[in-house]
Amino acid sequence: MPPKKTLLSDAHQALGGRMVDFAGWLMPVQYAGILQEHQAVRSSAGAFDISHMGEFFVSGSGALPWMESLFTNKLSSLEIGRCQYTLMLNESGGVIDDLIAYRIGEQEYLLIVNASKIDEDAAWLREHLPPDSDIAFSDASDLFAAVAVQGPDSPAIYEKLFARPMPAKNCVEPFSLPCGNGWLGITGYTGEAGFEIFLETSDASSAETLWKSVLDAGATPCGLGARDTLRLEMCYPLNGSDLSPSTSPLEAGLGFFVDLEKDPFCGRDTLLSQKQNGLQKRLAALLVEGKAPPLRPHYPVFSGETQIGETTSGALSPSLNSGIAMAYLPAELAKIGTEVSVEIRGKKFPARIVRKPFYTRP
Amino acid sequence: MNVPDTLLYSESHEWVLVENGIGTVGITDHAQNELTDIVYADIPAPGKTLSAGETAAVVESVKAASDIYTPVSGEVIESNSALESQPALLNTDPFGDGWIFKIRLSDPSELDKLKTPDAYRSMIS
Repeated sequence: MPPKKTLLSDAHQALGGRMVDFAGWLMPVQYAGILQEHQAVRSSAGAFDISHMGEFFVSGSGALPWMESLFTNKLSSLEIGRCQYTLMLNESGGVIDDLIAYRIGEQEYLLIVNASKIDEDAAWLREHLPPDSDIAFSDASDLFAAVAVQGPDSPAIYEKLFARPMPAKNCVEPFSLPCGNGWLGITGYTGEAGFEIFLETSDASSAETLWKSVLDAGATPCGLGARDTLRLEMCYPLNGSDLSPSTSPLEAGLGFFVDLEKDPFCGRDTLLSQKQNGLQKRLAALLVEGKAPPLRPHYPVFSGETQIGETTSGALSPSLNSGIAMAYLPAELAKIGTEVSVEIRGKKFPARIVRKPFYTRP
Repeated sequence: MNVPDTLLYSESHEWVLVENGIGTVGITDHAQNELTDIVYADIPAPGKTLSAGETAAVVESVKAASDIYTPVSGEVIESNSALESQPALLNTDPFGDGWIFKIRLSDPSELDKLKTPDAYRSMIS
């Protein structure tokens, strides 16, 4: 099956974007260069096409208790106009997907899910709809274009585009522009200030108008390559790499987004027993010491001569100019300061477990 | 794309310049452009014997690691240690300061199998 195209596909090619297949979507991996784009986000602002991500709408009086029974975070504490990061687990506590839930009305929610999981998530949610409820669930992924603006200049760009100040982190508000209407979420995946624009349109020229206005306001076009190095410097997990149906959010270090006190949710029993009995493995952050090739996924990790795991994500950190990676390691070894090594093309390079995130703003 | 007239080229986008039986090998301008920002280079140790087509070096961009093959057989006599601290030379000066290694040719007839500048130009156009 040929990869799907977002409404901005022609715009990317016109900008010299190198297009690759990502999760079934034809997406730009870079325009001018990953290092340059990474730096633009850390020092000024970058723009990313995130139209491949999924948008679900949920409403009705039964919506809140239903999602509470499927998501890990406490949705009932979310005020109107705010969002939270949360996870959806299988019965054995493994991750189906991580998502952002926006409360956009009294009984109305917008869920933003990973591109690679849209169909699986929608099927899981529909399968778990209670019979005879008033819940309206819709997968509106094909009806939206989306652009993320990230970096310290984001608030200025927001004001230029919407003629009002950028709200606080984790807010959501509607917008209306000549190119269309939609939702603005003050979130991101880079560790910088920023926002995500969800424009309701199926029309390429409207999406292009929005994209062009973001670039004209000063954002540098950025591809998935920089998106990956930026999120990995922050230790933000990527589902399918760092999260999987066989790893729990506690093992991934995402306990902050899990409320074990609220009413039962799918997967909770496993998490309770992991909490009670202690975790077997943890997702650790590895920093290479000294000169070494960039780290990549699936490199073996050693303690002495014993292999103790493999990297799930890896890169050269443009900010630190060192190899960085995440790996599930036995809990007793996944402690800050532990010396390990990573095998690359038959050679072992020393690395150390460090505190997350790798990058903190100077 | 720059394709100097003084060099011979491989299908896998390496170039070789032969002087007095010694070949200097690097990657082409086209190759560096495709590979994007190179951030690490694993270069061959002098003394290593390689057959034409064998992996001689690995260069890594932020996104991927790529093997570099030797276009000719022989013994590596020198490699460009400047690439260890400045891998970006492969991007900025692929035919000059970004050379990768020098090899003493064991079979100069292999040069006949390489591409002329014109043939390489038409291959990448």
